[in-house]
Amino acid sequence: MEYIIKNGNVFDPANNINGEKIDICISNGKIVEAVKDSAKVIDASNKIVMPGGVDLHTHIAGGKVNLGRLLRPEDSKDFYESKVGNKRSGSGFSVPSTFMTGYQYARMGYTTAMEAAMPPIMAKHTHEEFLDTPLLDKGAYDLLGNNWFVMEYLKEGNLDECAAFVAWLIRVTKGYAIKIVNPGGTEAWGWGGNVQGINDPVPYFDITGAEIIKGLGKVNEMIGLPHSIHLHCNDLGQPGNYETTLKSFDLLKNIEANPKYGERDTSLHATHVQFHSYGGTSWRDFESEAPAIADYVNKNDHIVIDVGQVTLDETTTMTADGPMEYDLHKLTGFKWANVDIELETGSGVVPFIYSPKSPVSGVQWAIGMELFLLTNDVNKVVLTTDHPNAGPFIRYPTVIAWLLSNKYRTDLIENSLHPWVQKKTSVATIDREYSLYEIAQTTRSAAAKVLGLSETKGHLGVGADADIAIYSFDPETQDPSTEYHAIEEAFARAKYVFKDGEIIVKDGEVVKPEGYGRTFWIDSQYDSELENKVVEDVKIKFKKYYSINFDSYRVHDEYIRKSSPIKLS
Amino acid sequence: MELVKDVPCPFCGTLCDDIIVKVEDNEIIGTINACRIGHSKFMDHKSATRYTKPLIRKNGSLVEVDMDEAIDKTAEILANSKRPLLFGWSSTECEAMGIGVNLAEELKGVIDNTATVCHGPSLLAVQDTGYPVSTLGEVKNRADVVIYWGCNPFHAHPRHIGRHVFSRGFFRNRGRSDRTVIVVDPRKSDTAKLADIHLQVDSGRDYELLDALRSVMNGHEIPYETVAGIPRDTIYQAVDILGKAQFGILFFGMGITMTAGKNRNIDAGICTIQELNQFAKYTLIPMRGHYNVNGFNQVCTWQTGYPFCVDFATGYPRYNPGESGSNDLLQNKEADSMMVVGSDPGAHFPQKALERMAEIPVIAIEPHRTPTTELADIIIPPAFVGVETEGTAYRMDSIPIRMKKLVETDLLSDKEIMEKILERTKEFIASK
Repeated sequence: MEYIIKNGNVFDPANNINGEKIDICISNGKIVEAVKDSAKVIDASNKIVMPGGVDLHTHIAGGKVNLGRLLRPEDSKDFYESKVGNKRSGSGFSVPSTFMTGYQYARMGYTTAMEAAMPPIMAKHTHEEFLDTPLLDKGAYDLLGNNWFVMEYLKEGNLDECAAFVAWLIRVTKGYAIKIVNPGGTEAWGWGGNVQGINDPVPYFDITGAEIIKGLGKVNEMIGLPHSIHLHCNDLGQPGNYETTLKSFDLLKNIEANPKYGERDTSLHATHVQFHSYGGTSWRDFESEAPAIADYVNKNDHIVIDVGQVTLDETTTMTADGPMEYDLHKLTGFKWANVDIELETGSGVVPFIYSPKSPVSGVQWAIGMELFLLTNDVNKVVLTTDHPNAGPFIRYPTVIAWLLSNKYRTDLIENSLHPWVQKKTSVATIDREYSLYEIAQTTRSAAAKVLGLSETKGHLGVGADADIAIYSFDPETQDPSTEYHAIEEAFARAKYVFKDGEIIVKDGEVVKPEGYGRTFWIDSQYDSELENKVVEDVKIKFKKYYSINFDSYRVHDEYIRKSSPIKLS
Repeated sequence: MELVKDVPCPFCGTLCDDIIVKVEDNEIIGTINACRIGHSKFMDHKSATRYTKPLIRKNGSLVEVDMDEAIDKTAEILANSKRPLLFGWSSTECEAMGIGVNLAEELKGVIDNTATVCHGPSLLAVQDTGYPVSTLGEVKNRADVVIYWGCNPFHAHPRHIGRHVFSRGFFRNRGRSDRTVIVVDPRKSDTAKLADIHLQVDSGRDYELLDALRSVMNGHEIPYETVAGIPRDTIYQAVDILGKAQFGILFFGMGITMTAGKNRNIDAGICTIQELNQFAKYTLIPMRGHYNVNGFNQVCTWQTGYPFCVDFATGYPRYNPGESGSNDLLQNKEADSMMVVGSDPGAHFPQKALERMAEIPVIAIEPHRTPTTELADIIIPPAFVGVETEGTAYRMDSIPIRMKKLVETDLLSDKEIMEKILERTKEFIASK
């Protein structure tokens, strides 16, 4: 089927197109130069046309996500979808069931979403949930920052062995990137402890967070992965943690990006930085240090961040940062789930309420906004809510509207949020408003580029996958700065969404629910001879210390519906 | 003879994946490493009472029919029911379960699994209080205190103790002698005989004992000579050991989930573990029975948001154990047809539920003759997962394991059968 999208106001930052009226031609699932006269015409006049949204950090599939669903029937009770035709039913506000996850992303015009934390030993679980997550293209990051093998290789300075191991592990678990969560801290949590900052040695392994971050940063470029290391820093959510954050950022400063696929030119992706930009020494003198963080990002070119914007909802926190979740449980008294995973990682799940009236939640909201608004180049700051940690992804349209409208933010600050927001942060003094072009950067092109997927994702040039969102908002006659509710509604329910050249959403409703997207994974080998040696070593330790057999570790081809391996030569 | 290595065992929730199976001429002739129950699973999959053809009860006796007729009749019964109940699932693989959830949704019926009569109370308690768990490898590598409460793995999960508790781990390189084992059981079970400390609690008084432990942990004294049959000093001694641990683990079974107090017992157990984390690292793992009972809870949760007792009557998933559980529906005479997959409620449900099963059409997707098939009106024999067909199963600690196919069969898998039933059911519903 061929389509031509006519007369839309196109926002395609990767191709420097800023609201111009350009026709987009679609054939065989791709964007092409021209189509035949028989192509179906989609009239996009008075509408916004953007590439499909790309979420590079979300928790939508796998063990701890499902534990979040299991733990919280109250999250599902009043938030559900019925079965309609082939569209499956589902439930869940902050942790929707798999089918609903696909439909909800699609309705907002998002077509790619990356699961940000996959314990390698439980990779099959993540992929099994992907099998039931419709419409989206997806991938998953392997948790490696507390892996025993990684820590031992790095401790001994065996970077080549480490690279061979990591490339092998990502390949057999069909993962996409190296994820580092509270490096060393989660291993310490195996004993109920944690590490403080980046220079605190891990119990027994006697390696520091800094060494793990830097080591894996090098390994990432030795393998040449499309994405940089994806770092969740130490000390998440602790007052005063911004110093740890800045020190962590600096570790990657002199490491050259070397992707063997894609156009990434940075060596560090720091995630949900909102949770890592805190000043003060306790919750009493807690304050924003977002300006210092944004300043660092502005002055350095090796880093991209995503925000983890607080949306002021009741939500479910879930992270591989096990000790942090226990602290949250002690702080709130809310129910606590935890999964410690042998030799690899851990995780925790705790419900949380970001109340607008709460001083801390308000400041957290403001810190997120400051990070967006004080970072000069929007190519360096990607929109996320660390779904569902700072808020559910269905709130992206609201976050977009906040960025587009100072008035929307001011109303919120003046009327709903705690006075601390004005006392402890600079957000009320920032009148910057994103343009729609910048929105397309922070939700599309910047994310696609840092993932290494910018050849086919995040843009509307010839050769791109025909993943396209059309929103009912006329940038020529309407002003998002004042009509922020209109733009919020437009981004919540897209007029049309194309996925691989097919209309999957029309008028905000899923019209083609049965399709399934690709799974991206990295098919690479660092050095075949060295890999054989490393795997032999792994097998010996596997028998002794893992509770499953080596043969049970890998993810079989049956767990991927539409495989899209990226081969690194 | 071929030796197939690294085979996962389709018996219990320990899901040992180190079995070596001897295969000759498409027959299993022996196993290595398996426990006696696991061994018999592999050996008896082709026993005398194995069904090979679909059967339908006609005029009181079972008659062989072809697969199409069995599927057709099944779909007709389900599609014409007002409140169909799809029960079981715990001894099959995850993909079949997923299609089962889809079928329940299509039928506006109820789907439930065997957790309803085993760890269902644990699931309710998790939703009340939380779920601090770890994988079994963490236990092997770190645990110095191991508690078995209301379970008897020596007989029910025979290799559990050997593989994960008595074995050597990274930080416990002397194995058994590096660990203190506490067993809480009213009986002097064979597991209790292996314990360093056996707390022989009075039957049905687990909650009181947990409460006493928590009181002492939190700095209070016990004003009574004994609690739940345990002398006060023994409780002090136990708390002393618990508090001095580095890494403790609580394994619990049906002796505490299904005795007086049920989910309230587990609430207290989970709270105990959470509170112990102020002294040392503590986690828990429920001793799941069927090899893939956890798998159903996983699949059902990711597809619907709820782990079991899911009611699609309104077109979207609703969850109300006590109303939407299998026994509620059967004993209240609500269910007007029942499909059983991968389990044997005929052997395990209360009399009143069985009476209802005898009244309504029952379809059993079941390889063997069981008390359930005695009550069934249609029997469809599937291939045996883990022996004759592949699939995914989730261990008691939620690690997914790929089950293997060892021998060929002409029989359809549970998944293929479910696909056919779903397709045919959709046609019946569309034609109504």
